[in-house]
Amino acid sequence: MADVRQTRAGAVSPVAHASAHAEHAHHPRQQHHFYSMEQQLEASILGMWIFLVTEIMFFGGLFMAYLVYRHMYPLAWTESSHELNVILGGTNTAVLICSSLTMVLAVRSAQIGSRKGQIVNLILTIMLGSTFLVIKYFEYKAKFEHGLVPGPHFDPHELLPNGSLVPLALPQGSQIFFSLYFIMTGIHALHMVVGIGLMLVMLVFAWQGRFTPDYYNPIEVSGLYWHFVDIVWIFLFPLLYLLGYHFGV
Amino acid sequence: MSSSGHAPITPVGTYIMVFVALLIGTGLTVFAASRDFGALNTPIALGIAVTKASLVCLIFMGVRYNTPLTKVVVVSGLLWLLILFGLGLNDYLTRSWMGVPGR
Repeated sequence: MADVRQTRAGAVSPVAHASAHAEHAHHPRQQHHFYSMEQQLEASILGMWIFLVTEIMFFGGLFMAYLVYRHMYPLAWTESSHELNVILGGTNTAVLICSSLTMVLAVRSAQIGSRKGQIVNLILTIMLGSTFLVIKYFEYKAKFEHGLVPGPHFDPHELLPNGSLVPLALPQGSQIFFSLYFIMTGIHALHMVVGIGLMLVMLVFAWQGRFTPDYYNPIEVSGLYWHFVDIVWIFLFPLLYLLGYHFGV
Repeated sequence: MSSSGHAPITPVGTYIMVFVALLIGTGLTVFAASRDFGALNTPIALGIAVTKASLVCLIFMGVRYNTPLTKVVVVSGLLWLLILFGLGLNDYLTRSWMGVPGR
């Protein structure tokens, strides 16, 4: 039980650690409870996916609420959807797709051992993620200005170029649409913020040269998270922005 | 693949192709929404979204190279989602059929 005592006393001394490994040399990044680096990577990916499944269920609950209320207020859904900005929403979709590309290229750079590739692509990913949030800010700002925020101050109106306000009659249930719009896109934006934070950590790791073709688990699973957030937006965009959307109407 | 070591490294060209396909899919969604397909508009939009999501999942997230166990976990997520939607709609879509008071 010498090992237990050492653990309680704090860090195991390097000498003891090295001697314990004398019989079986392994990669310094390999944890002791894994047979191999491959198994360690598979376990990381599996663990991340189990987390992502809980995320699927989390967003799934919101999509379920969306389905129920869309079934109850179909007119409110199409009319309110017209108030969302398709140009900005579509641009954001493209921005996220670009960021997913730079994300896979960052992971690929780690796989082939290119430190520069990781740094460049991670910075691009962070910049694209930030662009998404900036565009989202302008969208939210417009919704506040048009009185489309649900609650006691819900007062939809159009802002004409000459500065006058024209009240907008939206069908019953429109507040529920905008509640779901703000909750779903808001929580999605929160995931983007978390993702950008993760990428900043990955950038520091990449800068330190921590990732090698043998060990790139953190950047790999962070990439999985980033792509998942992209997938959520791929569904949010058509379901929120494009209902009954016709050019020129 | 647990027995064959590291997953093969995907060529940049494959990623670029998926990227272009995703952008085309986005354009297609906006275009399809500008046409009136009646009740089919939402199924078309969802079909494109599912295709795009599958591309991201299989190629960008590399699920095609994952172990069978991870694949089962991924599919189980979709399965539970379908149970949620299926049983949820089974309730809400059928409430008006019976004329039950207080639906």
